[in-house]
Amino acid sequence: MSQVNRLADTFGLLLDRRRPVLFEFEGEQYEGFEGDTIASALAANDQWILSRSFKYHRPRAALTMAGQDANTLVQIAGEPNCLADRKPISAGLAVFGQNYSGSLKRDRGSWVGYFSRFLGVGFYYHAFYRPRGVWELWAKYFRRKAGLGRIDTNYRAEGFDKRYRFCDVAVVGAGPAGLAAALDAAASGAEVLLIDENPTLGGSLNYSRIEADAAIDARLRIELVDKVLATQNIEVMTDTIANGCFADNWLSLVSKNRLHKLRAGRVVLCSGVMEQPALFRNNDVPGVMMGSAAQRLIKMYGVRPGKRALVLAGNDDAYGVVLDLIDAGVEIAAVVELRDTPVSDSRALAVAKSGTKIISAATVFSASSRHGRLASVEVRSIISEGQCGDQPTTIECDLLCMSVGFMPAYQLACQIGGDLNYDDASASFSIHGLPEGFDLSGSVAGTWTNGEPVPNHHWPIFAHPQGNEFVDLDEDLKIKDIIDATYSGYEHIQLVKRYSTCGMGPSQGRHSALAAARLVAKATQKSVAETGVTTARPPFSAETLAHCAGRQFHPALRTNMHQRHVEAGANFLLAGNWYRPAYYGNDAASAIRDEVSQVRKSVGLIDVSTLGGIEVMGPDAAEFLNRIYTFAYKKQAPGTVRYALMTNDAGVVVDDGVACRLSEEHYYVTATTSGVDRVYRHMLQRNAQWHLDVCLANVSSAYCGVNIAGPRAAEVLQPLCDGIDLSAAAFPYLGVRLGKVAGIDVRVLRVGFVGDLGYEIHAPQHCGEALWDALMAAGADAGIRPVGIEAQRMLRLEKGHIIIGQDTDATTTPMELQMTWAIAKAKPYFVGKRSLDIHAARPQQRTLVGFSVDDTDAAMPLESHLVVDGERLLGRVTSSGHSPTLDKLIGLAYVDTESCAPGTKMTIRCDEGALTTATVVTLPFFDPDNSRQELPS
Amino acid sequence: MPFDLIKNGLRSASARKPHFSSARDLKKHYDVVIIGAGGHGAAIAYYLAKYHGITDVAVLDKAYLGGGNTARNTAVIRSNYLTEEGIKFYRDSLSLFANLSNEFSYNVMFEQRGQLTLAHSDAAIRNFRWRAEMNSHFGVRSRLLDRAEIRELVPSLSMNESARFPIVGGLWHADGATARHDAVVWGYMRGACERGVELHQLTEVQGIDISDGAVQSVQTNRGRVGCKIAVQAVAGCSSLLAQMAGIRLPIKTFPLQAMVTQPYKPLLVPLVSSPHLHVYVQQTSRGEFVIGGGSDDYPLYNTRSTLEQKESLADGTLELFPFLAQAKILRQWAGITDMTPDYSPIMGPSPIKNYYLDAGWGTWGFKATPICGQTMAQLIATGVTPDLIRPFDLERFYRFQALDETGATAASH
Repeated sequence: MSQVNRLADTFGLLLDRRRPVLFEFEGEQYEGFEGDTIASALAANDQWILSRSFKYHRPRAALTMAGQDANTLVQIAGEPNCLADRKPISAGLAVFGQNYSGSLKRDRGSWVGYFSRFLGVGFYYHAFYRPRGVWELWAKYFRRKAGLGRIDTNYRAEGFDKRYRFCDVAVVGAGPAGLAAALDAAASGAEVLLIDENPTLGGSLNYSRIEADAAIDARLRIELVDKVLATQNIEVMTDTIANGCFADNWLSLVSKNRLHKLRAGRVVLCSGVMEQPALFRNNDVPGVMMGSAAQRLIKMYGVRPGKRALVLAGNDDAYGVVLDLIDAGVEIAAVVELRDTPVSDSRALAVAKSGTKIISAATVFSASSRHGRLASVEVRSIISEGQCGDQPTTIECDLLCMSVGFMPAYQLACQIGGDLNYDDASASFSIHGLPEGFDLSGSVAGTWTNGEPVPNHHWPIFAHPQGNEFVDLDEDLKIKDIIDATYSGYEHIQLVKRYSTCGMGPSQGRHSALAAARLVAKATQKSVAETGVTTARPPFSAETLAHCAGRQFHPALRTNMHQRHVEAGANFLLAGNWYRPAYYGNDAASAIRDEVSQVRKSVGLIDVSTLGGIEVMGPDAAEFLNRIYTFAYKKQAPGTVRYALMTNDAGVVVDDGVACRLSEEHYYVTATTSGVDRVYRHMLQRNAQWHLDVCLANVSSAYCGVNIAGPRAAEVLQPLCDGIDLSAAAFPYLGVRLGKVAGIDVRVLRVGFVGDLGYEIHAPQHCGEALWDALMAAGADAGIRPVGIEAQRMLRLEKGHIIIGQDTDATTTPMELQMTWAIAKAKPYFVGKRSLDIHAARPQQRTLVGFSVDDTDAAMPLESHLVVDGERLLGRVTSSGHSPTLDKLIGLAYVDTESCAPGTKMTIRCDEGALTTATVVTLPFFDPDNSRQELPS
Repeated sequence: MPFDLIKNGLRSASARKPHFSSARDLKKHYDVVIIGAGGHGAAIAYYLAKYHGITDVAVLDKAYLGGGNTARNTAVIRSNYLTEEGIKFYRDSLSLFANLSNEFSYNVMFEQRGQLTLAHSDAAIRNFRWRAEMNSHFGVRSRLLDRAEIRELVPSLSMNESARFPIVGGLWHADGATARHDAVVWGYMRGACERGVELHQLTEVQGIDISDGAVQSVQTNRGRVGCKIAVQAVAGCSSLLAQMAGIRLPIKTFPLQAMVTQPYKPLLVPLVSSPHLHVYVQQTSRGEFVIGGGSDDYPLYNTRSTLEQKESLADGTLELFPFLAQAKILRQWAGITDMTPDYSPIMGPSPIKNYYLDAGWGTWGFKATPICGQTMAQLIATGVTPDLIRPFDLERFYRFQALDETGATAASH
């Protein structure tokens, strides 16, 4: 029969009974209503078991009906570990239980429970390691057994995004306190954001019963909700979980597929309380639930939670539960009252008047189940704290509601820095030490709807000789496990957690922290306050990686000529965020060879837009460069270019480029593609320290650039120039000129990185494509072609020029690079000078040398292959390749300083251990007298 | 069922001895005071007691056993470093790890699953080849993998060539392993306590008394404790403690964040990291995915988490494993890393006589626990620095002999 447990339509606040919904659970079809969650719809159909527990595979059903416990984790398509008591049903939804083999009802894995004696706390630390190495085999077995839901590796997230939000006051939780707080804040004129995880406003007013008269809660709810909805400056977000509260009221809110990042002027946390379980034997069987869970089932979902109920009362709220059960037509077997003092609450009086059997100063000692559902409980009198009498009374019931205590929903408050204190009188935790701008209101602050705090029962914990009193349902931990952990020396609550895994499961100790703190306190003879609980960390409620990642924004940098490279068939390589053309064509080897040859014999065009550019301006510009780079710049003539080598405080080479003196007080400095941001930051920091009269600007993205290089470069370029005379006399090597090329305002630098006559033309970013086109057209007759980064690397290698980061590492000094020529000796100071002076006074360990391989059949030395002498390590290759110009293998390598003399043989261990003999040669490999920099006559 | 399991199951709890000495009064004087009861402090105590017969030892901690970075690290054990000194040091650590369970009679769950580091650029390939060559030279198993080999090794990894940062290769470190990090410190401390070492938790060192250039005693919240020798092993606040002894350490301290998902059925065996995406991912034997690698941009002594790091870790993870979009984050936390300029630790003597340093552990402290404990104990017992750790002394920064491991971190800083 469908929906046998469904109550009359006076119950079920969230249901739309006009809209039946069919869905599947474990392959069988069920009917529910729009507004049902998976768990409530299944409960309506008398289907209670939702999952099997982590360790012992015990059948589990909803404990809270509030999406707070791990019992309800089920599998649906696209969402393993889905909370069945939070997820709404939808037509055709296919739901499966988790963590069983065979069927949910008959789990072949449940044998584990029979061996629980041998699987006590930390059992795995004390077995499975003999003989040595055997754990690796056991680990494989345990891995197969571990885990809950199954992740579908074909899943791809779609439609997740993020939104920034701002408000004056964020109110978290729309129960009575939250609604009132929002109204108060709004009345003061604040823009208020009211956030609640449920589909409707009202919080506990949706299910609680604060007095005997059932109408009071509903009336209060309607009154407050109507006012809130009518208030202009309150924005309401339902179905939204406030998951994190980071420094300065920076909140993460998860709502459907969106992560809202909210900066709130003030936060008022009205998160309420989380009801806590009692501990007795088999307190985990389906049919045992929180009193508030039964109330939620009845009032929000119109589901009768059982036929015959027993209510375990440790506080007055229990009597509200009893009244609600009676209203729902549930037979009350008895109220078992933990307390021995008479209760004067109006609800208790009403229950007494109804003739319900009340057993005082007693507890449920154990529960028994039949067919996976509670069948009866054994009740015993309490003789002292946690101790029961000998006389059992067995009471048949299929529902046991626990109302014994609460824990404030403290997570967000503790994330932001609040502390939990325990008060022995009320047996409750309270929150203190909150930062300015973060406040609590309502039951989370110990202030309840009817004004009276509801004290917890101080010890609803009853150990059973046969055990199975579950402290932590996620991890299947019993009282003995916690006590044993402390006996074994793990006394600090954090150690108890780590050794026993208590609180490490999906519900993060929501229902175990209080009991664990009490048990540990007693076992270690400390107070609960001293014992405390473990740290609350974000998120409050599990959130998907899809939510945190959002749309995933990875910016890509493309130069202004990018499209031209694509058209020319470029293959790109990544350099930081840049796409740079590696080579043009399909075959890398032949393309690179041809591009190199082209530059050597005629002319080629290289996109150098990714180079960094920094303007250094002001009266102290030269002094600034003198301090920041190793070379001397004060006497550098305007219109010239000088090499710029940068070392850090340790004297290590960190960047290089050129400094172009455009005028007395203006330099344009280039930096490496990947280094420029770091270099600029470093310059800013030093400039701030030095108080020089200098102004800096990183103009890397304002300029694009090309290097036109090769013997015919000037010939191709000259016709395009306006105001720039390329003749040797007017524009010598290492000169810089301003003017126009192809009508574009440019800076032209005559530099020789690739070892041939070349001009770097730096132009405004948006002119790149026009510049490229003009040069390609002008060079057509000369056979100009685009040249990629790979060819550029070979060209510079032939010339013996280094690349920072490839030929240097984090300890490279200029001396090791044989670049002492780039250090100005007479300067009193530059960054790294002191360290370099110390280095210079010590024997040098290694030197970067050029090498060539004479044997054409030898194995190819690759970058990072080691230079060895037998087993002795002499150094490593940093650059290598086949030089098209010289037609042999050449490269750069670090070697012991004893082995750096030209002519020395060295052995390079290549792939598969093949040894290649190379010879140290004098750098550069190509054009040692720099004659290629002369303009062809 | 293993015999040990039956034996433990049949023995009553009260018959079991506590693993650690329980709270008692501090003595006036100890031969050795170890400041910090993390993995390193416990290991030093263990090796002092076991191999050098020095048992008049107190291990002090301001909080609880193993509660600092021992509790917070992501339990990656590897030796694929870059320098000769680093490789040898971590290599020996790894081989000690492999035998710990049996040495302790306490299962630390050491599992050699292998570690894969991913390259997304040719610069990374050059770096990986360097590491592979250096590692192989010193007997550590590392080799370069191409895309096909990676696909075979980790079929679930996204090898999309049109991704923003496509995977171009990898460094496979077959020796890479993991272990239960807490169990390591517990095993060491239990072994030390069995031999007479005292563990004093909630005992905070607040001052260090020095006269004639030598350490005399430490001041704690529970009074002054004299000692012949003191050693600091307090990763995360090394410079603060050293400052009490008047020693300045070249350390900058940053939080490093990590997070863990709910448990899922197993689908990933090796430890996978991408320095470029600032993320490393592994699935624990409980089924949770542990995701780490987010170092904060600015120095801080605070273990708070930030939303930005979580977003960045999630983003990097989904680039590698897009299906993990549906995995749910359970918890996010931070450890405090003491970063040295060369990303190598500082071990050895200090300018103060009889005061030893075990510091600068950045993100590589857990994996060094056994070998650091063993060699530091030898140094304390004999006064002679073992060759293996001699290059790691504080003086190296003044000698300009940095041990550069900046290119060998799994996370980038």
